[in-house]
Amino acid sequence: MSDRDVIFERLRAGLLRRRPGADLAPTDWSAPRSSGELTARFRQQATRLASAVVGPFAAVAAPAAIAEYLNHERLPRTAVCWPALADRDWAMAGLRVEARAATATDLVGITGAFCAIAETGTLMLLSGPETPATVSLLPETHIAVVPVAHIVATMEDGWTRLRAHSTMPRAVNFVSGPSRTADIEQTVTLGAHGPYRVLIVLTTD
Amino acid sequence: MEVTSMRFVRQAHASLTNPGLQHALGRLQAKFVSARADAIAELDDFEATRRAATAVRARVIAGLDEWLERFEAAVRANGGEVHWAVDAQAAQRELVAIARRHGVRKVAKSKSMATEECAINEALAAAGIDVIETDLGEYILQLANERPSHIVAPVVHKNKEEVADLFADRHQRARQTDIAALCREAREMLRPQFLSADMGLSGANFLVAETGSALIVTNEGNGRLVTTLPRVHVVLVGIEKVVPTLEDAALLLRLLPRSATGQSITNYVSVLTGPRRSGDPDGPEHFHVILVDNGRSRLLGDELEPMLRCIRCGACMNHCPVYQAIGGHPYGWVYPGPMGSVLTPSLVGLADTLDLPNASTLCGACSVVCPVSIPLPDLLRTLRTRQWQQRLRSRRERLALTLWAFVAHHPRLYRFATAVLARVLRVFGGRRGLIRWLPLGRGWLQGRDLPAPQSRTFLELYRKQQSP
Repeated sequence: MSDRDVIFERLRAGLLRRRPGADLAPTDWSAPRSSGELTARFRQQATRLASAVVGPFAAVAAPAAIAEYLNHERLPRTAVCWPALADRDWAMAGLRVEARAATATDLVGITGAFCAIAETGTLMLLSGPETPATVSLLPETHIAVVPVAHIVATMEDGWTRLRAHSTMPRAVNFVSGPSRTADIEQTVTLGAHGPYRVLIVLTTD
Repeated sequence: MEVTSMRFVRQAHASLTNPGLQHALGRLQAKFVSARADAIAELDDFEATRRAATAVRARVIAGLDEWLERFEAAVRANGGEVHWAVDAQAAQRELVAIARRHGVRKVAKSKSMATEECAINEALAAAGIDVIETDLGEYILQLANERPSHIVAPVVHKNKEEVADLFADRHQRARQTDIAALCREAREMLRPQFLSADMGLSGANFLVAETGSALIVTNEGNGRLVTTLPRVHVVLVGIEKVVPTLEDAALLLRLLPRSATGQSITNYVSVLTGPRRSGDPDGPEHFHVILVDNGRSRLLGDELEPMLRCIRCGACMNHCPVYQAIGGHPYGWVYPGPMGSVLTPSLVGLADTLDLPNASTLCGACSVVCPVSIPLPDLLRTLRTRQWQQRLRSRRERLALTLWAFVAHHPRLYRFATAVLARVLRVFGGRRGLIRWLPLGRGWLQGRDLPAPQSRTFLELYRKQQSP
């Protein structure tokens, strides 16, 4: 008998031993409705988890906002971005941006977001040919350009939106601020294996 | 993994007399307990959320065979493979076979208690395959050749000075004691490992049946790296981790990080569904899931079944007065604290874990904080009863309990015995009414005084009041 057969035989024998009706009845629980305005709530929660949030600006102004942030933080003006964002006018803002998956040497990664979740200040990113997962992961700085219309209340709303728009991608990554660890003496340190800083640029269109 | 639970008392004693560990445990308690309380207070209605989460987990357990079949079918539909392992050895065999098939020489691992349970690192090493832990805590333990002492904060028992010594020795670099610098050093040492690994090995916090996805929560980002960069990704996970839908996972995620570390959400939540799709520029080419039983199916239909709801947040240990005093190592296997005291006897056998069900004051703090309402004190009592029924307790203890049961079943004898005892204890109490020494009571009275009873029993006083 294969391991699979053995396990299913044990499971079914165990389930037969159960007292019928021992399950808890389904509850009338539903995901919390967001109080107040979504953009304000998102900004508040994302800031709490150490993301920097700017905007909302017109989408055409996003490259300039990014350039200003990079200058201010004394970061390089060279970046890699999602192919989905290749047509933005990066050069106009003085940025050198290549549209492709990120490699180990890229220092700044620019992405969009499938949606953003107000409840926890979280970005929801889908992997795909136009939206490679590495761009938000390998560089030390992650910048996300997010239209305010993409902000939803809860993760459940994010899943609803995904069901409506596309099939399940290989990876759905929820990102809530820069990577961190508290493994040594439970002291929170930003920048573990992922980005050290996250900038979210909100746009109106 | 070797079980040393039979040395519980000796190991606990060593913990109690280790000042460094006591300091570290104080810190854990201070941070995690208050952080959880704050994070729970943010929810509109914690109790309603917890009831719903409990119902989701209970529903899965009630139809575990069907949810697993659905999960398996969904993984296959997305181009992944599912493997089944009845026990730890089978899990090791499956994993080594997958590694051989894909010509894997190096494995980068993200934190997983299931791989710990199956002694996967040892099995890979024996097969000549390099394995590197990439969670900072687990990496420190791998360098130090130690075991985790907490399921969420594995290296809670070490301070930064010890980590500094360890890094300086193993990395052959200048010693630094700043925590941020130590984290940076680990990042620099591990980044090349992520990039050169052939296989990423992870556990899963949840498996989503409808989509065939593995969901992983991490803060460091190592979970994302090991599931994105290497060409093979293997998820090794217990069969009870399945949930029906993505929405169910979202509900449970409101409670898991809050209960664990007091975070409203972890920095990363990755939902991974199969290998790289056509046109994808990144992601693994092969996606495997190894579903491990290792004793879990025995709990179905048993009084201990609620334990299968566990989502491994660690809140029970953070709030346990016994864990807070001794840390995780004395429990002697992978899972410490109250959940470990139920799970370890269930998975490795009651005979090898005699002290664990008794390593609890039954104060109930664990069941109060459990996000899926597991009645841990009840389950510990069930295990105590079984130890008695299976005649696993010492002859002296059995004799004492038999005697007690006999007296308690005979009211007249009981009244007589307690009346005598109350008077004797009164004498032992002396003028201050505190008992500091009793025959056979040395262990109990070592750290505390017992207030002496009044010289009459309750029934004696009651009768006196009732009589005119």
